[in-house]
Amino acid sequence: MVDDLYQDLILDHSKHPRNCHAMDDANRKAEGYNPLCGDKLKLFVKMDGDVVKDASFLGSGCAISTASASLMTESLKGKTRDQALKLLDKFHNLLTTDTPVTKDLGKLVVFCGVRDYPARVKCATLAWHTLKSALDGAAEPVSTETE
Amino acid sequence: MTSVIAPAFDVEKIREDFPVLKQTIHGKPLVYLDSAATAQKPTAVVDAIRKFHEVDCANIHRGVHELSQRSTAAYEETRSKARQFLNSKSTSELIFVRGTTEGINLVASSWGRQNVKEGDEIVISAMEHHSNIVPWQMLCEEKGAKLRVIPMNDRGELILEEYEKLLNPRTRMVAVTHVSNALGTINPVKEIIAMAHKAGAVTLIDGAQAAPHRAVDVQDLDADFYTLSGHKVVGPTGIGILYGKAALLNAMPPYQGGGDMIKVVTFEKTTYADLPYKFEAGTPNIAGGIGLGAAFDYVNGIGLDKIAAYEHELLVYGTEALSRIPGLRIIGTAREKAAVLSFVMEGIHPHDIGTVLDRQGIAVRTGHHCAQPVMDWFHVPATTRASLAFYNTAAEIDALAAGLGKVKEIFS
Repeated sequence: MVDDLYQDLILDHSKHPRNCHAMDDANRKAEGYNPLCGDKLKLFVKMDGDVVKDASFLGSGCAISTASASLMTESLKGKTRDQALKLLDKFHNLLTTDTPVTKDLGKLVVFCGVRDYPARVKCATLAWHTLKSALDGAAEPVSTETE
Repeated sequence: MTSVIAPAFDVEKIREDFPVLKQTIHGKPLVYLDSAATAQKPTAVVDAIRKFHEVDCANIHRGVHELSQRSTAAYEETRSKARQFLNSKSTSELIFVRGTTEGINLVASSWGRQNVKEGDEIVISAMEHHSNIVPWQMLCEEKGAKLRVIPMNDRGELILEEYEKLLNPRTRMVAVTHVSNALGTINPVKEIIAMAHKAGAVTLIDGAQAAPHRAVDVQDLDADFYTLSGHKVVGPTGIGILYGKAALLNAMPPYQGGGDMIKVVTFEKTTYADLPYKFEAGTPNIAGGIGLGAAFDYVNGIGLDKIAAYEHELLVYGTEALSRIPGLRIIGTAREKAAVLSFVMEGIHPHDIGTVLDRQGIAVRTGHHCAQPVMDWFHVPATTRASLAFYNTAAEIDALAAGLGKVKEIFS
């Protein structure tokens, strides 16, 4: 049922997104865009050397993309660049493959229901695409349609 | 809530003609409210396509053998049916294209390159589908011409006084949609065309959303070009019609070169075929053309006036049903409106609405509907759109309203 997708944690983070603000002293920024639904996201990351010190976002989107950005920014803090990129891969696998759910995803496992809704995978991955772009220092807004 | 709508035809019997409607989605009866994206196909259309492949399949126009003659006759018969459907003077004014998008691109490319020069102006409207924006933008960029946009009011109606101010001796083309896909607005295209002609401009009407829902008479409208997509008129995808006045089409260069569009080819020079074949290079979508003929027959069998009247009843019923939902705002409230219900719900994103409705068997479209400037104008990133056709019922609108109740339950 549709409740498998919209679990309480997702609804909570979509209604009350965490880290939803601009960040003046961010040293990595990127914009993400999903042309299929018009969702837009601005991501702010503050790196201290190789470590993500802080992350925040601004944007308008559906419940899935907002909750994904909210939970992503929470999970990034304290991670190294490599750890963050590894988490991205694991998150992507969670949504797009049938591989068993691994424990190291933490709260992010709440998105496992998305794999049954292929049309919604891009909603959940928008924030993560934008993260990659921010960590790579890309100048152009990243689009979910370029993968 | 029980239905108070009494159509001039038996809707339940009509629904029997559409096999796709007799299924369940996620365990619930399918409620298909996405006909503005594509209409469902009656058995008559499916059968016509199957018969072509099983019985008559051959390439058209040049074969002397029996099958080629049969398939040519069936394909060309659709052109005759299209002539009646649009009331053009002659079948030579009707070009088979892949759909409305190709029809517009053909005109922008062939007529546009020949007639639009630096400093000229092309007028479109604020409610165009991307397919009636981008081809003109490309032309303007190539030629150094200017794109002007007719604005609309809060209801989603074009402001004709502003349109009049845009017209001037540099206006070459006015390209406007007959019915808006995102808002449902029915534009006063006859008046728009007359005003354009007074300014000496040529007109193109995007008929993609109008053709399935109301009778179109290109001579009465005095349209210079009018184009439609077969799949929105319960026909197959990949086939459509471009109408153009003979004098304009005759003066235009071919759109694509190849077989079927020539009289004589030598390495020195090629003489092009007469209308309409000059614009039909290569083996066309024969099966699609034949299917489209069956689609024209099918909607004519019901009657476009009856279809328009019934769909209007559904629109009124649907507008009332949705207006009762707190926090729901209908986007597009034109006084002249087709059966399109585009809406937003406070604090709930259209994609979430679409997913929850889908799990209840209800198919709606969510997003910008290929009309991003319309979304920008109304300051919404996207809408949810329920678009109705003659095979829909008041009970299905009730199901939509109940489904939106479930949406509210989850997200508020």
